[in-house]
Amino acid sequence: MKIWVYAESEGDAPTTATLELVTKARELGTVEAIYVGDNAAAVAPALGAHGVAKVFAVDAGGSLAGVMGAAAMAGLVEAEAPDLILFAQSYDGRDALARLSVKLDRTVLTNGVGLSVEGDSITVRSAIFGGNTLVDTKFEGAKPALAAIRPKSFVAEAGGEAAAEVVNVDTPDAGRAAEAKVLETHVEEREGPKLEEATIVVSGGRGIGAAENYEPLVEELAKLIGGASGASRAIVDAGWVPYSKQVGQTGKTVKPKVYVALGISGATQHMVGMKGSDNIIAINKDGEAPIFSVADLGIVGDVHKVVPKLIEALKARK
Amino acid sequence: MNVVVCVKQIPDPAVPGELNSDHTLKREGKLILDESDSYGVEMALQLVDKAGGGEVTLISMAPNGEVSGLRTALAMGAAKAILVSDDALAGADSLTTAKVLAKCVERAEGTDLVLTATESTDGYTGTIPAQMAELLGWPSLTFAKEVHLEGGTAKIQRQTEAGYDVVEASLPAVVSVTAGVVEPRYPSFKGIMAAKSKPVDQVTTADLGLSAEAIAPNQTIVNVAAAPPREAGEKIEDDGTAFEKVVEFLDGLKVI
Repeated sequence: MKIWVYAESEGDAPTTATLELVTKARELGTVEAIYVGDNAAAVAPALGAHGVAKVFAVDAGGSLAGVMGAAAMAGLVEAEAPDLILFAQSYDGRDALARLSVKLDRTVLTNGVGLSVEGDSITVRSAIFGGNTLVDTKFEGAKPALAAIRPKSFVAEAGGEAAAEVVNVDTPDAGRAAEAKVLETHVEEREGPKLEEATIVVSGGRGIGAAENYEPLVEELAKLIGGASGASRAIVDAGWVPYSKQVGQTGKTVKPKVYVALGISGATQHMVGMKGSDNIIAINKDGEAPIFSVADLGIVGDVHKVVPKLIEALKARK
Repeated sequence: MNVVVCVKQIPDPAVPGELNSDHTLKREGKLILDESDSYGVEMALQLVDKAGGGEVTLISMAPNGEVSGLRTALAMGAAKAILVSDDALAGADSLTTAKVLAKCVERAEGTDLVLTATESTDGYTGTIPAQMAELLGWPSLTFAKEVHLEGGTAKIQRQTEAGYDVVEASLPAVVSVTAGVVEPRYPSFKGIMAAKSKPVDQVTTADLGLSAEAIAPNQTIVNVAAAPPREAGEKIEDDGTAFEKVVEFLDGLKVI
């Protein structure tokens, strides 16, 4: 089975989500990557080390990466005949997947958390209803099958043979879609570890009461224990914290060693993004809140009382 | 400035979801406007207002001629709606849904901009905005957390993993907006009364010129199973010293 991975990078390094897909794909067949960007030569060695044999490098010419990636893949599919194309459930990944699905007239399966291949048949596992139900769906119809997988579904491990060969692909004609041009790129300043990669995550929800409580309760605790700060959808929608902090179905998936939920009730939307954490601590006033059904340590109490004392105690230990 | 907004009518997300025996989502109860779509509706109303003319048209696909969610968005100020209700669409995948919605955009005529959420709350495939744009042959500006229109151009701040990009495209285009991009208004009493008489153009896939073949799914659900449950651990009431339990727990994990 020939599998393509739509590869993305941060600077000159492939994203963790990309390497997770490559590692899984290596188990199932031969792996090639499509990469959009002008630094393919720098990104290729790490892809090769994880099992990618060949990288098709596409120059986006200033247009949105996913849009140009889809156009390039559509042009290559017939000659190269991949059986399966994998995308991370990321921003550019979804753009590329969506556009390619129309170009090839193929269905897509998204939000995958598992993937299996039996002979010619490809099945994607996804989690619904906040992760309490698993659905296995099999592709019908012509290859390639198109699937997007949520980050953290597989573990990235090196194990490839040689460096990946880089094959440059001409900038494709994407029609009016190519008119979407990237004018500026802004990187948000971040203190401490990255949310998706932190060993400890402290998240706040509606129960923290007001936007101004996020810093002294959530961020302060996160900083003290070397964690990253996150949030439930409710307080992101309310504009208390930026979207990049959202943990859950529409936000980021985290699997830290410890997840601390402050004033989060545990809507299914949130649970799907943090249920895979090794240990969960929940502090919430409502003893009936669903978050307690997944918590290893549940404190029924007011975050405004418990957390300041906790912060004091942790400071005293330092 | 004519703006089309995709709105989904979904089962109340606060009520635990259930599947039918054919693995489709149970949608028997009252459907409501997906909250994610209220941001697109609000954004559309503001953009039309700023442009000083034009109107907001809603497009939706739902079973049984369901309009309760549409009425909410009409009450916010949208002028009219196109509703596709067709038994042939039960269990439709995202590509089929995008084909149906793209046909609705064509039916609306004279559209400058299509606004959508980044994904629905219940299905959350997250591909429909760019699929629609590809079907229409338009640029797509996805995951917008700010939207500005100037002349015939849309400029957005596009959410990225590391921050945001400023991305621009000429109109007509599809823009998907993240939740929180604007503050959705509450429908006024006057708006609710007016919404009752606003036109809803109810159509089938045949009316849109879509063949049965074009909307046939290419996937089969082979198995549905309960996920291994996660055991709840210790739960205690705070008596003023619960913080000590947390310290102990973190200590035990050797993370502090």
